[in-house]
Amino acid sequence: MENTNFLWDLMGKNIWSVLLVISLPLMFVLVYALIAILAELKISAWIQERLGPMRTGPWGILQPVAEVVKLIQKEDITPDQSSKLLYNLAPFIIFTGAYAAFAVIPFSEAFVPSGIDVGLFYVFAIGSISAMGIVMGGWASNNKYSLMGAMRAVSQLISYEIPAAFAVLSVVVLASSMNMQEISKMQTGWFWNWFIFGGPGSISKIWVIPFTVGLTLIYFISSLAETNRVPFDIPEGESELVAGFHTEYSGMKFAMFFFAEYANMFVVAAILTTIFLGGWNSPFGDFMQGPWWGVFWFIAKSFSVVLVQIWIRWTLPRFRVDQLMYVGWKVLLPLSFVCFIAISLFVMLK
Amino acid sequence: MIQYFKNVWSGLSSTFLGMYITFKHLFVKKVTIQYPDQRFTLPDNARNRLKLEMERCNGCNSCVVACPVNCITLETVRVSPEDPHQEVHHNGNPRKMWVTRYEIDFAKCCYCGLCTQACPSDAIQHTQEYEYSSYKREDLYYKFQTLSPDQVAEKHRMYAELKAKDKPAKAEGATEEKKAKPEEKKEKEQ
Repeated sequence: MENTNFLWDLMGKNIWSVLLVISLPLMFVLVYALIAILAELKISAWIQERLGPMRTGPWGILQPVAEVVKLIQKEDITPDQSSKLLYNLAPFIIFTGAYAAFAVIPFSEAFVPSGIDVGLFYVFAIGSISAMGIVMGGWASNNKYSLMGAMRAVSQLISYEIPAAFAVLSVVVLASSMNMQEISKMQTGWFWNWFIFGGPGSISKIWVIPFTVGLTLIYFISSLAETNRVPFDIPEGESELVAGFHTEYSGMKFAMFFFAEYANMFVVAAILTTIFLGGWNSPFGDFMQGPWWGVFWFIAKSFSVVLVQIWIRWTLPRFRVDQLMYVGWKVLLPLSFVCFIAISLFVMLK
Repeated sequence: MIQYFKNVWSGLSSTFLGMYITFKHLFVKKVTIQYPDQRFTLPDNARNRLKLEMERCNGCNSCVVACPVNCITLETVRVSPEDPHQEVHHNGNPRKMWVTRYEIDFAKCCYCGLCTQACPSDAIQHTQEYEYSSYKREDLYYKFQTLSPDQVAEKHRMYAELKAKDKPAKAEGATEEKKAKPEEKKEKEQ
């Protein structure tokens, strides 16, 4: 791979540039999480015809800062009967799982922390680490609600990872690559080159468009389930399980869970953007195309997907457990099979 | 099989319909009133804190009788004709009774408004004032009397003198009472 990271060109490959490459996404995530929390508060309020926070700063835009300060000040409680080591380790593992996925996310044609060839595979492998963290947190809390929440979370994660993997696999078949930077490069040009519209190719690709659009929807729905967000938030359904697997957590450890949830939201949005929505490519050909505009387009697209996730959260009620399993195994999985086979046939006959 | 696809379709389409509806709500005028900065205009007959206009109050005691929770305390003394300090009511009639004590305990008050209906001269009325919560119950005990404690003692002394003067002429006391009654009637008519 040549020229995938401008920092390698700029500083050479030494310990400082490596540290910088590692910390750049972290800084981004910190800022992004604050904005996403504010967006969540404001959009929920506007959908319910309220104003939302208005007192902290102009129009309440400093509210997330106030909440972070509040969470830092809170007492850090460790239950007496909990398994101390696992209990204290769980938030860090969950956040590590969420943050590790940033390693392969191509922010721009000139910046991807690690341009490995099995990027998509790596994302799915690393995604399971957060499931482990959830089980650790839920089980170590020694609380029946935490344990039930953790069990639900894991069963949900496992069932929804399969349709999501099929959606991603279809794109791998279309692109013949698992390198996220390569996949982004393939979609250069106008927006009809994006994989949601069948990827680059002649007019004959029109037959594959319904399937790729369907796969985009399937991936989006599964990604909602993987991030435990409404309507798939039964692991933390407060009317049934208090707060699910993080019932016993307080203060900064709770903040880590919270933070990991928002980081995860961005990860799945970034993957959706990269494999279906053209990654860092401008939608309008050469207009505003380039390494720096790439960052803009990538973040704009990913953040729009995050906004849709928030929008859905305040639209739909929570699924029942059996409905969740029905949607996962009987609707999304067969439909993703059908789309996968159709796309494979298309690629074979092309 | 057809039912399956119908279900899938209705699930998807109803989600999009719901999202369309919530999207429209994003741009609807917000219902929030930012309370300390913006206020809701109260209706004219809103029942909030009571106020007493002392120059209308004649000490008739009907508010005390009407109150269902006994939150009003009223004490009166008759006005002595020899007192140099005389007051007139809002309509020009001379005051017959000094209201030496008029206290309302708003911690007890249930804001039913029966006292305002019972009042013959509209002395006690509801205001639009509703922000008077306090940390101490004593702060909710409102005193409406206009006379100072010294003046109250003075009025009691004057009344005692008047009574003492009337005592020797006990036979005339009956006429005094007769005299008093028409006066009260007159006041009621007003």
